Amino acid sequence: MQITCPYCGARDAQEYSYLGDATQKWPDPTGHDAESAFHDYVYLRDNLSGAQEEFWVHVAGCRRWVRVTRDMRSHEISRVQFACHEGVSS
Amino acid sequence: MSRLASGGLIDRAQPHCFTFDGKGFGGFAGDTLASALLANDVKLVGRSFKYHRPRGVVGSGTEEPNALVELRTGARREPNSRATTTELYDGLDALSQNRWPSLDFDVLAVNSLFSPFFGAAFYYKTFMWPKAAWEKLYEPAIRKAAGLGRAAELPDPDHYEKAQAFCDVLVIGSGPAGLMAALTVGRTGARVILAEEDFCFGGRLLSEKTAINDAPPLDFVARSLAELQSLPNVRLMSRTSVFGLYDDCYGAIERVSDHLPVPTPYMPRQRYWRIVARRAVLAAGAIDRPIVFGGNDRPGVMLAAAVQSYVNRFAVAPAKRMAFFANNDAAWIAAFNLRDAGGEVAAIVDTRPDIANALVAAAQKRGIRAILGGEVFATSGKTLASIEVFAKGRTERLAVDGLAMSGGFSPNVHLTCHHGGRPVWNENIAAFTPGKCPTGLTVAGAASGAYALSACLAEGAREGATAATDLGFVAHDLNLPKAADAPTSLSAFWHVARSKGMAFVDFQNDVKDKDIGLAAKEGFRSVEHLKRYTTLGMATDQGKLSNLPGLAILAEKLGKSIPETGVTIFRPPWSPVALGAFAGHHRGGDFRPARITPTHALAEELVAVFVEAGPWLRAAYFPRNGETDWQDTVNREVRAVRSGVGLIDVSTFGKIDLQGPDVGTLLDRVYINMFSTLAPGKARYGVMLREDGFVMDDGTTARLSQNHWVMTTTTANAAKVSQHLEFCAQVLWPELDVRMASVSEQWAQIAVAGPRSRDLIAKIADDPATLGNDALPYMGAVEMRVLGGVKARIFRLSFAGELGFEIAVPAHKGEVLARALLAAGAEWDVTFYGLEALAVMRIEKGHVSGPELNGQTTAADLGFGRMASTKKDFIGRVLAGRAGLRDAQRPGFVGLRPVDRSQRLRAGAHFLERGAAAETANDIGYLTSATFSPHLGHSIGLGFIQGGATRIGDVVRAWDGVRGSDIEVEICPPCFIDPEGARLRG
Repeated sequence: MQITCPYCGARDAQEYSYLGDATQKWPDPTGHDAESAFHDYVYLRDNLSGAQEEFWVHVAGCRRWVRVTRDMRSHEISRVQFACHEGVSS
Repeated sequence: MSRLASGGLIDRAQPHCFTFDGKGFGGFAGDTLASALLANDVKLVGRSFKYHRPRGVVGSGTEEPNALVELRTGARREPNSRATTTELYDGLDALSQNRWPSLDFDVLAVNSLFSPFFGAAFYYKTFMWPKAAWEKLYEPAIRKAAGLGRAAELPDPDHYEKAQAFCDVLVIGSGPAGLMAALTVGRTGARVILAEEDFCFGGRLLSEKTAINDAPPLDFVARSLAELQSLPNVRLMSRTSVFGLYDDCYGAIERVSDHLPVPTPYMPRQRYWRIVARRAVLAAGAIDRPIVFGGNDRPGVMLAAAVQSYVNRFAVAPAKRMAFFANNDAAWIAAFNLRDAGGEVAAIVDTRPDIANALVAAAQKRGIRAILGGEVFATSGKTLASIEVFAKGRTERLAVDGLAMSGGFSPNVHLTCHHGGRPVWNENIAAFTPGKCPTGLTVAGAASGAYALSACLAEGAREGATAATDLGFVAHDLNLPKAADAPTSLSAFWHVARSKGMAFVDFQNDVKDKDIGLAAKEGFRSVEHLKRYTTLGMATDQGKLSNLPGLAILAEKLGKSIPETGVTIFRPPWSPVALGAFAGHHRGGDFRPARITPTHALAEELVAVFVEAGPWLRAAYFPRNGETDWQDTVNREVRAVRSGVGLIDVSTFGKIDLQGPDVGTLLDRVYINMFSTLAPGKARYGVMLREDGFVMDDGTTARLSQNHWVMTTTTANAAKVSQHLEFCAQVLWPELDVRMASVSEQWAQIAVAGPRSRDLIAKIADDPATLGNDALPYMGAVEMRVLGGVKARIFRLSFAGELGFEIAVPAHKGEVLARALLAAGAEWDVTFYGLEALAVMRIEKGHVSGPELNGQTTAADLGFGRMASTKKDFIGRVLAGRAGLRDAQRPGFVGLRPVDRSQRLRAGAHFLERGAAAETANDIGYLTSATFSPHLGHSIGLGFIQGGATRIGDVVRAWDGVRGSDIEVEICPPCFIDPEGARLRG
């Protein structure tokens, strides 16, 4: 599998490390339901059949965190962008 | 000898000698082991898996189920090598398999007599009880009787390599379609790799006679190869099997040296390629199929396409008098080729009552008898002596020593299935053809079900042009070679119902037609269940010959059509790949690169004993003359630190350089305690949590100046913490102005500890005045110069619990620094100590380390509860506050010592109350670390126990069921030495 790093270009997936679902928003730690929100943030994941946006980090390259849109069935990657262009903290 | 007087692609000027079962034979360069054996009239080459039936060569390539041999001897012995793909070399040494005492007379052939009892799932049904007998009796006996070859029992002396290749278009197979595809793409200038499994390019063109441009097909092969070789953008790879399609990459194995007795110097035995191709054209051809009839496994019964190969390519007539049994036209052409080469053809038995007049006429012209609407239903002889034919209501016995069978061709669709694609049934050719193909892969020629030569050439050119055009290359007008097509019609036929004797579907796993009938009768409907129940298609050939006939027989038994019954799909690899090739150079000491510390060479000089700590090789202890065991050494090293001075290389700690105005804010958010208030020139111990509230790592972070910080992490978590911080800075809080880089490799760090440590460092510091208690108090951090101008950072902290300093210098100065410290400290007998002594001292001080930071402990469990700031938020705070993690009954961190001080504590023991039974329900905690304390003169330990610090003074039991000890221990505070820290601050 290859992932096209926005900084380094197309590189083998072995250069990357995987984190997972990138649509999770870091919850507000001061919110009244913070504990349940963090519980969901840490433990609950959908097992999608289709495209998922997920975090990878180019550890053996530029060390940038990237958002990869990958089809969970075919591993087809439709989009890669820097993770920080839209922070998850709202 | 069955070698034909002329013809073939063998080099008669290059004779090769080889042995089979110890007997010497001769062959030629260009032979396979199988063709050479057949040329020497060796028909019996192995015994079958279950019934030990005598078996001979069936095919001529990767599909071969029977002719499996042990190749080479000693450390290079390789079992289950297909004789049909083994290139003959001078001195080749092969042994038959699965026979005792000899191939000719095999004791277990008696199994064959009991075949009615050895049906499908025999093992499951028979060896069910008593349960205990399975491991001791049944399994060893079955393993001895079954199985194929023997693996080498010595380490493989050869090298294996891994390599990467990139191309625009990968062409798999070099028959008519593959050659045309490679030519078409090559001419556009695109980068092409043409991979061919065989040692010769040409595929079926090497085995057939059909003319191309009115010339022998070999002329076309030679011309095409010459052109491909002249193109700089084309790479030709022979002896290379593309065995799998993975994500964005094809796996291929190149047999670099398998055709040599021993690899030439510096060359690998095999090379595992990962080929990244933007497009691929699969032109892998098709395989002839057997027909299921009584005695179809007798040596001498072969595939018709294989016979054609042996005759045309290897100049071997596999039998003196041969009959053909087929349902299609291609087998007739094979028979004509044999006859034209001088072989005797007794008859062609065709299941079809009517065939093209031209074929019948061609047979008549050659004097070949045609038996139409006929079936071969039985055979006889140890190797084939005669066959029985039924036709038009009569049976007849024909004396032949060879029978070529052909049930039609199956396209090699394997790679199209590797991403989950399912082949589709094509009634016209009675075969599965490629279904939805993986992205970027197209199929051409016989692999797509197009069997006519002209169609193969045209499809190859078309798919090549499409692939190149897709990628933006300009494909020129196709000048297709003209081919005279041989007839290819066929009428599906699988199984002779009137068979006499055992009729085999899967030769390698000894699965018979009756086994499939039995499975159907017992209720197996799914082809996947059938496969697992009968083991059909599960041998090393993965059912290349057997899957479809097996499926067809099941369909017939169930009264359904083949597509209704199921589809056989394929997973990688296409053919067996040696595990050594996947490992490559990563074996033994090279399994992964060892990281060595900057003082490694010095430690070697001092005869250190090394230990693997993660990827690092670290000095465990430094034995001196007269010390009887490691405990002696470690005790001496610990005493030296506590009473004098010692040093240890701690460069393995992770070091992260952090710069920017917002570093303090970032650290406040990742550590449980406050960092933004830390003054420049100071260091602080910090604990960081995972988002789930458990402790991730600990370490010391120093603020060198207003906007410049350096963090240390544990050795084990260096990479993880770095990645975590980058995630925080790039993803969670990109608004923070922070830059960071791992500098673990750039700085060497030596810890100097003991009452004499300040005196020692003063001797190497350029300005010793800066080391005083006022200038550099406990937890101070300064940048200075040592050894006459070497840049250094000195942190006043100690894991050992003594007056201590950690000196960081650029990595290339680490060894110089250590040598200077050893020389300068000679007057105090400065001691270089290892990881073991460090572990003893940290347990004596009650410092947590890997065994305590085990991913199951919270800051509160570790006694750091009060360290957590309430004035700020930090990662893990919310979930650390969960009721379950705040439970006072969670095991808390304590120290332990044996009530009887002469007894030894062992990490891993569990705590039980006195008098409680050793049951999980009574488990109240566990011992994480234990050591002998030279300072106290007895064993001490650290652990977690329910109630934690509230239980100090109580006596419980440390029960170790694994090593059989059960001793009373007293709970105490975790710090066993200098709890006030007077030594640290001295």
